Amino acid sequence: MSEITPSQTVGPFFAYGLTPVGRCQWDPNGTYAWKNSVESNLVTPDVSGSRIRIEGSVFDGDGKPINDCMIEIWQADAQGRYASPADNRALPNSGFKGFGRSATDKTGVFAFDTIKPGAVPGPGGKPQAPHIVVAIFSRGMLRQVYTRLYFPDEAANAADPVLNLVPAERRGTLIAKKAGGEPPVYHFNVNMQGDNETVFFEV
Amino acid sequence: MSLIYPTKSLENFPKHLTPGYKSTLKRSPTKPLMIIPHTLSELTGPVYGHNAVQEGDNDLTKQHRGEPLGERIIVHGQVLDEDRRPVKSALVELWQANACGRYVHNVDQHPAPLDPNFTGAGRTITDDNGYYKFITIKPGAYPWGNHPNAWRPNHIHFSVFGHSFVSRLVTQMYFPGDYLFPFDPIFNSVTDEKARNRMIAAFDLDNTVPDWALAFKFDIVLRGREATPLDNDDHH
Repeated sequence: MSEITPSQTVGPFFAYGLTPVGRCQWDPNGTYAWKNSVESNLVTPDVSGSRIRIEGSVFDGDGKPINDCMIEIWQADAQGRYASPADNRALPNSGFKGFGRSATDKTGVFAFDTIKPGAVPGPGGKPQAPHIVVAIFSRGMLRQVYTRLYFPDEAANAADPVLNLVPAERRGTLIAKKAGGEPPVYHFNVNMQGDNETVFFEV
Repeated sequence: MSLIYPTKSLENFPKHLTPGYKSTLKRSPTKPLMIIPHTLSELTGPVYGHNAVQEGDNDLTKQHRGEPLGERIIVHGQVLDEDRRPVKSALVELWQANACGRYVHNVDQHPAPLDPNFTGAGRTITDDNGYYKFITIKPGAYPWGNHPNAWRPNHIHFSVFGHSFVSRLVTQMYFPGDYLFPFDPIFNSVTDEKARNRMIAAFDLDNTVPDWALAFKFDIVLRGREATPLDNDDHH
């Protein structure tokens, strides 16, 4: 029997504790030098791969963007390797962590600067299409929800073992939209509810 | 499909839709969550070494010119996995209200004073035994708008990273004997009493520092197992 510690909501006041922006803004005397370890910019000087930007919003059941939401992303490097001891392949790009955190702003927008991940090994040794794991935390969410971001311009999506488990009519909720720009911006909106409710995973 | 971290472990987590906590009504999925195989993407997770934090980040009473008002406390414990093996080098972050029940956040309009000597955020990295320690002040209870005369029990928010991204846990630590427990829909969103009680720290006289601070012990058990075999070619 598991003795796991249950999850509780992140609540509305996490920003000054968990995000760099919040800390700088709220430390009233500013006497303590807080080092920003967890950020929305994942790009390190030594990282190889194509730079991209991800922007989006999380919409509640009324279709309103949630402005007190925290989004975390976890991704492989451009060669499809995770900077984690549980990935026992060749060492990934030295400085690239593959983890980012962004709070939505007053208008409900989050953004990440990163590199496009490579294909990652999947079940039975078959590759998974390039993707980013997304976890969403918010007031009104007693535990995080997990989803995945896939890229629209990837032929590998057709054979992806996870995408193929998703009913075809809902698959589009997991695929970002390319908005152009340099570096290219991908829009990824999440709908908590409604006709176009995003597919969330029990992992 | 085999799940390397059984989802059964999540049975004691709150349901996404918990109507007594009104904000869940518009923010919880309405369609069943899809079960997917655990791939390398789920079984790996970020690692933060000691260079991610600075000495002093875990002492919330020393981040300003003076000491904060309130009851100084030590909050400590072990981060463990479901086999009760220590999770070492885990990033533990916390944030909390001040002694008056007020957060340093402009959305918090509770008419209680801010403390110029207290921000209320700290973090640390667990040692080789999964051990962590914070020095802070006991947060106050505060009102919120969920229902008439709603008050949150005293609590400290915790954010913890485990062996993998699916071990990621955000929770709240409560204090023993809080009279607000029966009335709080967030605390009671965990419906199993034993599981709920695992969110309550234990008063720890042995680690109390005489003439200085009371201690509370809060062990955090994360999903997953350290001995989980991982073979990158065989996730099925």
